[in-house]
Amino acid sequence: MSFLRNEKVRGILYQLITIVGFVLFIMYIAQNTSDNIEARGIKSGLDFMQSTAGFDITETPLEFNHTSTHWDVFKVGLANTLIVSAFGIVLATILGLIIGVARLSSNWIISRLANGYIEIFRNLPILLQILFWYNVVLASMPSVRQSYNFFGSIFINQRGVYTPRPIFEDGSWLIAAGFIIALLAGWLIYKWSTKRHDETGQEFPVFLVNLGLLITLPILAYLIAGSPVSFEYPVFKGFNFQGGRTFTPEFLALLFALTIYTATFIAEAVRSGIEAVNKGQKEAATSLGLTPTQSLKFVVLPQAVRIAIPPIINQYLNLAKNSSLAAAIGYPELVTVFAGTSLNITGQALEIIGITMLTYLVISLFVSAILNWFNKKMKIKER
Amino acid sequence: MKKLLKLSTAVAMITTLSMAGTLDDVKKAGTLKCGVNTGLPGFAEADSKGTWRGMDVDFCRAVAAAVLGDAKKVKYVALNAKERFTALQSGEIDILARNTTWTNTRDTTLGLNFAGVNYYDGQGFMVPKSLGVKSAKELDNATLCIQSGTTTEMNLADYFRANGMKFKAITFDTNEQVDNAFFSGRCDILTSDQSSLYASRTKATDPSKYIVLPDVISKEPLGPVVRQGDDQWFNAIKWILNAVITAEEKGISSKNVDDAAKNSTDPEVRRLLGAEGTMGKNIGLDGDAFMKVIKQVGNYGEMFENNIGENTPLKIKRGLNALWDNGGLLYSPPFR
Repeated sequence: MSFLRNEKVRGILYQLITIVGFVLFIMYIAQNTSDNIEARGIKSGLDFMQSTAGFDITETPLEFNHTSTHWDVFKVGLANTLIVSAFGIVLATILGLIIGVARLSSNWIISRLANGYIEIFRNLPILLQILFWYNVVLASMPSVRQSYNFFGSIFINQRGVYTPRPIFEDGSWLIAAGFIIALLAGWLIYKWSTKRHDETGQEFPVFLVNLGLLITLPILAYLIAGSPVSFEYPVFKGFNFQGGRTFTPEFLALLFALTIYTATFIAEAVRSGIEAVNKGQKEAATSLGLTPTQSLKFVVLPQAVRIAIPPIINQYLNLAKNSSLAAAIGYPELVTVFAGTSLNITGQALEIIGITMLTYLVISLFVSAILNWFNKKMKIKER
Repeated sequence: MKKLLKLSTAVAMITTLSMAGTLDDVKKAGTLKCGVNTGLPGFAEADSKGTWRGMDVDFCRAVAAAVLGDAKKVKYVALNAKERFTALQSGEIDILARNTTWTNTRDTTLGLNFAGVNYYDGQGFMVPKSLGVKSAKELDNATLCIQSGTTTEMNLADYFRANGMKFKAITFDTNEQVDNAFFSGRCDILTSDQSSLYASRTKATDPSKYIVLPDVISKEPLGPVVRQGDDQWFNAIKWILNAVITAEEKGISSKNVDDAAKNSTDPEVRRLLGAEGTMGKNIGLDGDAFMKVIKQVGNYGEMFENNIGENTPLKIKRGLNALWDNGGLLYSPPFR
C-alpha cells in the first residue's frame, strides 16, 4: 500500500471518490424521482410542449393565437423576458453612469442628491419597488376615458402609454440601407482618425461627424424613396384604444423598477472604478498640460472602466434574473406565462421548472460570456 | 426568483418523499395540513384575529373533526393557484380544499383524485355599472383581469373565440392582486368563478357600483382534492363530504345532533351518527366520527349559510347548490 503515501496518487484518489459519490447521488435522486412520479400516476415527459395551450397572452412580440402550443408560450415568455432585460440594461447603464459621476461631483447638492438616491433605492427590496411603481401608475393615471392627450396622437392613461405605430411601406429598405451605410462609414472614419491620431497627433471630431451621418443619411434615404413611412394612430373605440403601439403599465412599471434599482449598483461600480484610479495619474496628466476633460477622457476613464466592468456584469445578470419578479404584476414574461399558466394547465411542474431554470442559466452564461470577452479585450495589454 | 425557488423546493420534495397512508400520518401528527386559498371571502380568509373562516375552511374543519375528533386541529396552508397541486403532490398538505375545479386533465394526469363537489360554480363576469354593459356578448375588445393558473384563462379564450370577439387579459398571481387591479381601473372586467366575483365585490369601497353579469360561460364543479393511490384517505374524504350533505337532507344540524343520536328512529340517521352499524370504522375512523363533524362544524346547509348565504355579505342563493330534492345538484349516495 505504499503508493497511498504518494501525495499525487492520493489526491487523484480523493477526487475520484468524490466524483463517483456525486454521480451516484444524482442517479439516486433521478431514479427516486421517476419512480415516485410513476407510482403516483403523474404524467411526465415533454409531449405537452406540442399540445395546444388554449389561452391568450396580452403582449406577444411573436405570433401567438388560440392554436399556439406550450412551446410557443415558452418562446413568447422568453421574448418578453429578453425585451425587458435588454431595455433595462441599456437604461440602467445610462442612468448608472450619470448618477455615478454625479456622486463624485464637486457640487455639494448634486453629490448629496446622487448619494441619497443610491442609498434609498439600493436598500429597498426590488419586489416591493415593482409593486410600488405599479400601484403608482394605476393610482395616479387617469382612466381610459379621461386620458392625457398629447397632440391627438399620444395618449397616457391607467392602461398604458399609446403611441402612433410606424408602418413601413415599399421602399423602406432604403432607410435601413442608409442607416447601415452610416454605421459602416462611421466605423471607417473612426479607424482612419485613430490611425491619423497615432501617426500625427491631430484630432478629428469623430463623434460629431458620425452623429451627423447617422441622422442625415436615413433622412436623405427617406426623402429619396418618397416618404414610404406612414403612422397608425391609436383611436378610442368601444372599451379601449385600438391601433398604434401600446406600452402596458406592467411593462413600464417593471422596466422602471429594474432600471432604478440596478442603476444604483452600476453607479456605485462606476464611482469605485473612478476612485480606484491613483490620484497621481490625474496629477501627472495635469502636469503634462492636459485639460480636466482630456485627463478624464484619456487617463482616468480608460483605467476606471477596466475596474468597473466585472461588477457591472454581475448587475446585468441580476437584472435579467430579477425580471422574473414580474409574475407579481402580470407582465407576461417566462415565469408568468410558462412557469405559471402553462404549468398549471399541464401540471408538469418538474419539467417546466427544469426548463425555466435551464433557460435562465443559459441566458446568464451567455451574457457573462459576451461581457467576459469584452472585459478581456479592455484589459491593460502589457507590452 | 423567489417564487421559482419556492416551487422548486416543492418539486424537490417530490423527489424524496415516499408514499404512506395519509390517514395514519394525520392521526400520528395530531393536526391536519389543509391547503386553502390565500384570501377569498366566504371560502377561505383569515379574519382580523387570524382565525380562518369560509366554506373551504369549514370542510378542513370537518375533516379534522372526523379524523382527530377536534375541528380546531387544522394547520392552514395558504396557496396560490399555481402552487396548489405541487403542494399536494409533494405531501406539503394532506388535502386541498381551495375552490379547485374538477376537470378531466387534472383528475387523470396530476396523480390526484377529486373526492367530490362541495360547490357547483360557473365562470362569470363582473363590470362597473357605469360601463352600461348588460351581457357578456357586448365585451368585444375589453380588457379583463384574471388570476393566472386557473381554468378561467382557457374558458375565456374559448368563449371569446366562439363568439368572434377579441380581448386583452392581464393575469395576476393571487386574488388580492386581481381585485386590486380591477378596482383601480386597470381592466374593464373582472372574470372568475361567480362565487369569487361575489366575494371580490365585498372588497369594493362601494359594492353597489358593480354588477355580476347573468352570463355563465362554464361549468366549475369545485371540490376537495387528495393524492391518487391512497384509497383509504380518498374514501374518508369522500364520505365526510357525503355525511354533511346527508345530514342536511335528514334535517340533522349542529343544534339537534345530540338529540337525534339518542332518539332518532330513522335507520339511516342512526347509521350516520354511529348509533348503529360501522360506517365510521369502515373507513378507519371512530364510530361517531360523522356525529363529531356535524356537532362541531354543522351540516352542508349550515356551512353554506354561515359563510356565503343570504345573510352574509356575499348574499349567494343556493341555486345549483341546493339539495337534489330542492331543485339543486347535491345528492349523496346512501349511508347503508
